[in-house]
Amino acid sequence: MASKYIIDTQAVPNRFEVLTQSGIIAWEEGCLKCPVCVKKQCVYGVYDNRDLDIRQMIDSLDNQCMNCLRCVQGCPKELIHKSINPEYEALGDSHWTPYVIAKSWYQAETGKIPVSGAGYSGPFSGPGFDSMWTDMSEIVRPTRDGIHGREYISTGIHLGKTPRHLTFTDSGDLDSDPSFLVDIPLPIILRIPPFGSLGKNTIKGWALAAKKLGTFLALPYEMIDEEIIAFKECLIPSISPAQPYGDDGLGGVRLIEVLWGKNWKAITRQITETHPSAMTAIRLPLVGGIKETVLSLVNSGVSIISLEGTSNGRLVDDNSVFMRDTIRSIHLALVEHGIRDEVTLLVGGGLSMAEHVAKAIICGADGVVIDLPILIALECRMCRRCTKELPCPVEIDQAASSWVASRTINLLGAWHNQILEIMGAMGIRDVRRLRGEAGRAMFFEDLDRNTFGSLGEVQEGYELE
Amino acid sequence: MSLNNKPPEVMITPSRFRNPIGKYRLHRTDDCIGCGKCVDLCPYGVHVIRVGHVLTNNHYRCVGPECPNPCYEACPAQALSLNRNPTFDTMGDLRWTPDLLVSTWYMAENGTVPPRGLEYRIGGSDGGFDRLRLVFSPAHGTQLEAPHEDVDIGIDLNRRDDSSHHIRIDVPFYGAGMSYGSVSIITMLSRVTAAAALGTFCSTGEGGYPDELKPYDDHVITQVATGLFGVREETIQRVKIVEFKYAQGAKPGLGGHLLGDKVTPAVASMREAVVGYPLFSPFPFHSVYSVEDHKKHVDWIKAINPKALIAVKVSTPTDVDMVAVGSYYAGAHIMHLDGSYGGTGAAPDIAKKNIAMPIEYAVPRVHRFLKEEGIRDKMTVIASGGIRTPHDVAKIIALGADGVCTGTAELVALGCIRCHNCERGRGCARGIATTDPELTELIDLEWGTQRIINLFMAWRKELIRILERFGMKSITELVGRTDCLVHLDYMNK
Repeated sequence: MASKYIIDTQAVPNRFEVLTQSGIIAWEEGCLKCPVCVKKQCVYGVYDNRDLDIRQMIDSLDNQCMNCLRCVQGCPKELIHKSINPEYEALGDSHWTPYVIAKSWYQAETGKIPVSGAGYSGPFSGPGFDSMWTDMSEIVRPTRDGIHGREYISTGIHLGKTPRHLTFTDSGDLDSDPSFLVDIPLPIILRIPPFGSLGKNTIKGWALAAKKLGTFLALPYEMIDEEIIAFKECLIPSISPAQPYGDDGLGGVRLIEVLWGKNWKAITRQITETHPSAMTAIRLPLVGGIKETVLSLVNSGVSIISLEGTSNGRLVDDNSVFMRDTIRSIHLALVEHGIRDEVTLLVGGGLSMAEHVAKAIICGADGVVIDLPILIALECRMCRRCTKELPCPVEIDQAASSWVASRTINLLGAWHNQILEIMGAMGIRDVRRLRGEAGRAMFFEDLDRNTFGSLGEVQEGYELE
Repeated sequence: MSLNNKPPEVMITPSRFRNPIGKYRLHRTDDCIGCGKCVDLCPYGVHVIRVGHVLTNNHYRCVGPECPNPCYEACPAQALSLNRNPTFDTMGDLRWTPDLLVSTWYMAENGTVPPRGLEYRIGGSDGGFDRLRLVFSPAHGTQLEAPHEDVDIGIDLNRRDDSSHHIRIDVPFYGAGMSYGSVSIITMLSRVTAAAALGTFCSTGEGGYPDELKPYDDHVITQVATGLFGVREETIQRVKIVEFKYAQGAKPGLGGHLLGDKVTPAVASMREAVVGYPLFSPFPFHSVYSVEDHKKHVDWIKAINPKALIAVKVSTPTDVDMVAVGSYYAGAHIMHLDGSYGGTGAAPDIAKKNIAMPIEYAVPRVHRFLKEEGIRDKMTVIASGGIRTPHDVAKIIALGADGVCTGTAELVALGCIRCHNCERGRGCARGIATTDPELTELIDLEWGTQRIINLFMAWRKELIRILERFGMKSITELVGRTDCLVHLDYMNK
């Protein structure tokens, strides 16, 4: 068994003030100047921490307030109120919600998983992966205690074709060639996001994080310069058929990605010739009829396929279809054809929370590729000003590479622990066993229709309450 | 045995905070001439006259645009204007909307449901309970002025009819386990005292059995969970119902978690643990990996306390129906299903949202399975995990439960605003889910008890009203009556 994989995290402060859901509004007018002001009694010491003169408390104390409303409910003149922070509400979009962004910031800052009191607070169900629940084991099936380390749960996967069997020489040495198999201890590969105010240090920081995590950073071939190539062991250069590709100084790179296009075969052949020790992966946009293409690629010997949906987790050619079911159908088709283990299936696009990793794998992926989460880890507010060439409000390009790396490692460390929570609850000790385990998941559509589908009968004159 | 209590009295019990929060605020300008017209008009006592001055002292009672006599329209000096209270919208979440919080406070203050202006029946989660509606046929359409007291909402907890206690509770709910440590001793006592007054029970949770609860032994359910904190022969023998907690809906597959800050000397001594260190309960019971092991557990309790009823609290995996049947054959009396959206003092967000199924799916599945197995009438099925209103109670019973467990609703009655910070530092800043001695003092036991009694008296009245509209005399008639429900997503147009 491999040695235990642990991601070391430590708190990395924010560079800017975080935005929180609500703010305090306090008025001075009418203040009675009570001998002991409610602001001084704050349980969390928010007013003291800010070292503000309580007599001039007209400030909006956004991000330290813990929303207990004690001051709001205690001020004799009712001069303190709270209100929703519009800047928070405006974060992101319907997929990258303010909640997702704020929780990602927290994880990147602390390296801890989000824990809170009181029950679940969100919608009953949602689109895509939000309409899935994972199973747990109880009484009739064993569970695993991976969280407190009493049992080891492996999150490692390998990239490449799984050998059906091993062969040995007469002297007992391994005969088959294991070189075309790369292990990563985490089923997550990082990718440069489609937008972002990126500087050289940003890329370097992510490469550093990939190295420390033992995984890869996928990035466009043309982004690789002398400094970045130092991390070649953990880079996946992405080569586009549209771009000229000559010989390149990619010696020592373990994995090269070729974008799907007319001449992908020629490029792949060229790579195999120039870099015989590197593996190649084919990256395809996740579209409706992709299943057949995937089958034919696998049959022609492609051993790593990376499927990319949109940044909101939908099919590239149909924004109404979430990638969840398409991944399931591709996985099942590969199983039916008896070639599932010939290929490593990676999926990306719109994966925004740790649970999406587990759920994508349950739907049939071997691992995932994430992009925007590693940008949000750097305090990105998803305002997309950078796409209009406006300055970044949190100056991501100015951040030091060590800060970028630590924030990214913190996020992934928290995600890793959350994947352990889900696997522990399911009683699964190896993430490779989680792949395609749809029977250990519950799908909203099935449950809801089975439970409530017959509850539609209402006759004229009946009253609903 | 029936507890046979007379229902306790409702006593008006206002908020313990100086400024109660309501949905609306009325702004009075200096143009007010002090004529007192608003005082006369308002049916809810929002305005008061004090020595010739008219004051808007009770904003929180204002029902807003739904008011039949709006003061802000009638004011001769046009000195009043109505606004939505910005603070209102910062409270709660989609499951416990600000409307549900404030209407629960109304019930805890007045013992009746709010007259208007607040949605007190459903939340904003847009699925499950919040998309289900009760369907009343015109045949039973008469709504009585005063609810009939002969409608019975009590349920039997021992349906095996064996030699164990025969216990009947007067309301179809009892208090879910909330441990000493996760909540304060005052919160715990308020819940237990109210449960005794209402003729029902309340569970200790897994944090031991504080001596302060002794006077209420006949209304206490003691919990045996994986941490076995404070579990002794003597505590098992003290009660009529013993509850095994195999899992908790909010964190299925994970053990309990009490953060270090909440492990005060008192909590540590109760739990036989070390002050200041976080306490993780293991998961699962490392002695139970099969139904046979589970039976061994049940037998162990029966050997110590032969007449005790056995409740088994489980969460809702895909095979929850098998777990229920297994529990029956192991000798349990009560099958307590805690759905995935249930309450907790602290849990990873990922577990609350993603692991195991909501209670609305689990109950019909278990009900059907037990029926097919021919043992449905031998088992009491209790549901929990997101029961917020009397309407939720009626809906889950119609889906197949016999009764429910409540937890968060009681905390809301005590003033919880769902800020989700129960687990941090000194615990709840509002003095509910805390072990900090100073914060604990924020709640007076008598006040807390009465607030919970009032809340459940409102639920009781509402449940009786609902049963009457269904033309039923007993809540047991509602069990599994899915024809009394409609789901908006599947409704014929």
